Amino acid sequence: MPIEIPKDKWPGSVKTITLGANSDGGTRTSVVTVGGEKALPFMHFEAETPYRPAVAIEIKDRKPDDWSTPLSEAWGDAMNDPAKWARAAEAAGADLILLTLSMTAVDGSPNTAENAVAAVKAVLGAVGLPLIVFGPGNAELDNALLVPVAEATKGERLVLGICEDKNYRTIVATAMANGHLVSARTAMDVNLAKQLNILISDMGLPLDRVLMDPTTGALGYGIEYGFSVMERLRMAALQGDAMTQLPMIVTIGAETWKTKEAKVGEGVPAAWGEWRERGINWETMTAITLLESGADIVVLRHPESVKRVKAAIADLMVAA
Amino acid sequence: MALSGIQIYKLLPQTNCKECGFPTCLAFAMKLAAKQVELSACPYVSDASKAQLAESAAPPMRLVTLKSNGHEIKVGNEVVLFRHEKTFYNRPGIFIKVRDDEDIQAKVEPAEKFAVSYVGMDLTVDGFAVEATGDPDRFVAAIKTLRQISQRPLVLISSDAKVMAAGLAVLNGETPLICGADANNWEAMADLAKANTPGGPPPHSGGHGQAALVVKADSIEALADLTEKIKGKGVEDLVIDPATKNLSRLLTFSTQVRRLALKKNVRSVGFPIMVFANDSILAAQAVAKYGGFIVLDEFKPETVYPLLVLRQNIYTDPQKPIQVQPGLYEINNPKPESPVLVTTNFSITYFSVANEVESSGLPAWLLVTDAEGMSVLTAWAAGKFDAERIAKAVKTFNVADKVSKKRVVLPGHVAVLSGELEAELTEWEIKVGPREAVDLPAYYKQVLV
Ligand code: SF4
Repeated sequence: MPIEIPKDKWPGSVKTITLGANSDGGTRTSVVTVGGEKALPFMHFEAETPYRPAVAIEIKDRKPDDWSTPLSEAWGDAMNDPAKWARAAEAAGADLILLTLSMTAVDGSPNTAENAVAAVKAVLGAVGLPLIVFGPGNAELDNALLVPVAEATKGERLVLGICEDKNYRTIVATAMANGHLVSARTAMDVNLAKQLNILISDMGLPLDRVLMDPTTGALGYGIEYGFSVMERLRMAALQGDAMTQLPMIVTIGAETWKTKEAKVGEGVPAAWGEWRERGINWETMTAITLLESGADIVVLRHPESVKRVKAAIADLMVAA
Repeated sequence: MALSGIQIYKLLPQTNCKECGFPTCLAFAMKLAAKQVELSACPYVSDASKAQLAESAAPPMRLVTLKSNGHEIKVGNEVVLFRHEKTFYNRPGIFIKVRDDEDIQAKVEPAEKFAVSYVGMDLTVDGFAVEATGDPDRFVAAIKTLRQISQRPLVLISSDAKVMAAGLAVLNGETPLICGADANNWEAMADLAKANTPGGPPPHSGGHGQAALVVKADSIEALADLTEKIKGKGVEDLVIDPATKNLSRLLTFSTQVRRLALKKNVRSVGFPIMVFANDSILAAQAVAKYGGFIVLDEFKPETVYPLLVLRQNIYTDPQKPIQVQPGLYEINNPKPESPVLVTTNFSITYFSVANEVESSGLPAWLLVTDAEGMSVLTAWAAGKFDAERIAKAVKTFNVADKVSKKRVVLPGHVAVLSGELEAELTEWEIKVGPREAVDLPAYYKQVLV
């Protein structure tokens, strides 16, 4: 019996964005292009998926004090040196690197612009992958660190973050002046995401230099909000709403590895099972769920998760 | 899909004889569409029309129920493609597979005993799938052994009708899922599903036999052909198996089937989907994207726990976030000098905080503020968790009467509120705690003791 498969026809599409540059000041040996979707994720029977979702690995400018044991076991000594860590991340299969700057130096003093610039340059020198640089997550310090970083790396098409409603002006201005991109984060809400994109575009930064980070909770900690907000944002984009037509990035590793299930190995119920594998499952299951609701870049922390998620993406990119 | 009044009108005699109590057939049709009258009020409807109307009244996606001694699981009957459009209703069943030549006890017992607490709920697996390796006696023995350990619903797997019949005979009085029918054996399997008990199903059972039946084929067309034939034999509790473990194929198949059932009312594929998962990513996809029964090759707590949590999350009604009652909660028998920790009434937030403090053994008052069921950051961004609301909670729940030391601890994510809160609660000391619940015990020991 012949059955006609219903196909969605969408009037809109997601913008195509390229991260990293290899000319005009850019020194990357590979670039990453994401976006361009004309249908919901992996619906190859409706429209070609022009670019596969990218996997970023998150590293830090110094060995973090609070990362859980499975992560420090996986990365070992490389965590003491951002350049080494970046090379290890590249070897683990990263399409790009997210470097998160620390709030403080090892001795507890606030992080400095010199240190931030040195770490960014070290990573850029160590690998040819595109780079995302996030500040420590404190609006004032973010601005103090990210502006000198942006100026010292003019033309590299870095992604600067986290660009939020309270600090977007400074970051957007320096991204515009130095040929970079920004990552715009809002708290799991369609309208907040649109508002921030409008504010950024009003400043004159073209939207093909903006990634949208709708925020997610990890599995068990509000993933259903991230899942539905991303589905709604992507559907709005496909319906033609220009302020939602941006590729989406989600920091799954950071969300996963702060949950108790991933972070803690002792004194937890036996029913939670083996620690390392549990953490990796937590990260990969969060990733697959959000990739299928529209994520274009997933940022992960554990190298084994990267391997598994990349294999899953490769499978999903083949038309069935 | 329900028919409109006009569509129903076309199925009526159109003689306007008024015997139904309405002036015209059209008036009656309109009432029928609104479900305000019964079709039986018209004595002249043809049998063909009756069948068509009954069909249209059925849900677009079949509800399949498995039963065993004291357990029941319902799957299917979904009405949307995206949970934000309404909600997903019936959580997919999660089953653990065991072959009849394996050590049944060793594999089933830990899975049977498995229970994990998540936001106050105990999560468990739903049942087991027993796979035959060829010999009916071995199959029977395996099922009997399993039934001594677990009473949960079962899936029986064999393509040999004789082996299946032997296995089914052990499960008298239950409704298992049998797996399954394909292009070669569908008649024999349909007979088994229909007439598992001696004497066959009770009359007027409307297709409810003694077992639900999995139908396997590698294309939507082939599946539709098979389900139509099997329905023709009177078996309607079907589950469809696309026979793939490939992520992309399964995602495409599941999406197309859900669309065909809900948007095009294609009854021949309006059934729950069977997924055999050999890895956790495939199983997770099946939870988020339309899986019906998910059979795992292995039982590993570190995989099953996150899978059950994901299922719980995705099947939460988006209209009704799970909330806890705002109020002042006592943890570890707090004393008047114990600290007051502030959080929101989003259940996940509440349980993360409560679990941390509880397991640390440290006494505390937990002030759960009404933030309309949102987490700390989301509620703060939405203006539902501010100094005013927190101060109001302190007053409403008479916190000052319970404590001798007026000290409240704010979640680190809303450190910015501390100034305003000092202005609202002038006699109180306002402290800023950690951002994440997991860091609370350490903070407590360093700062509050
Ligand atoms: S009884 Fe039937 S045929 Fe007569 S008016 Fe009503 S609907 Fe029409």
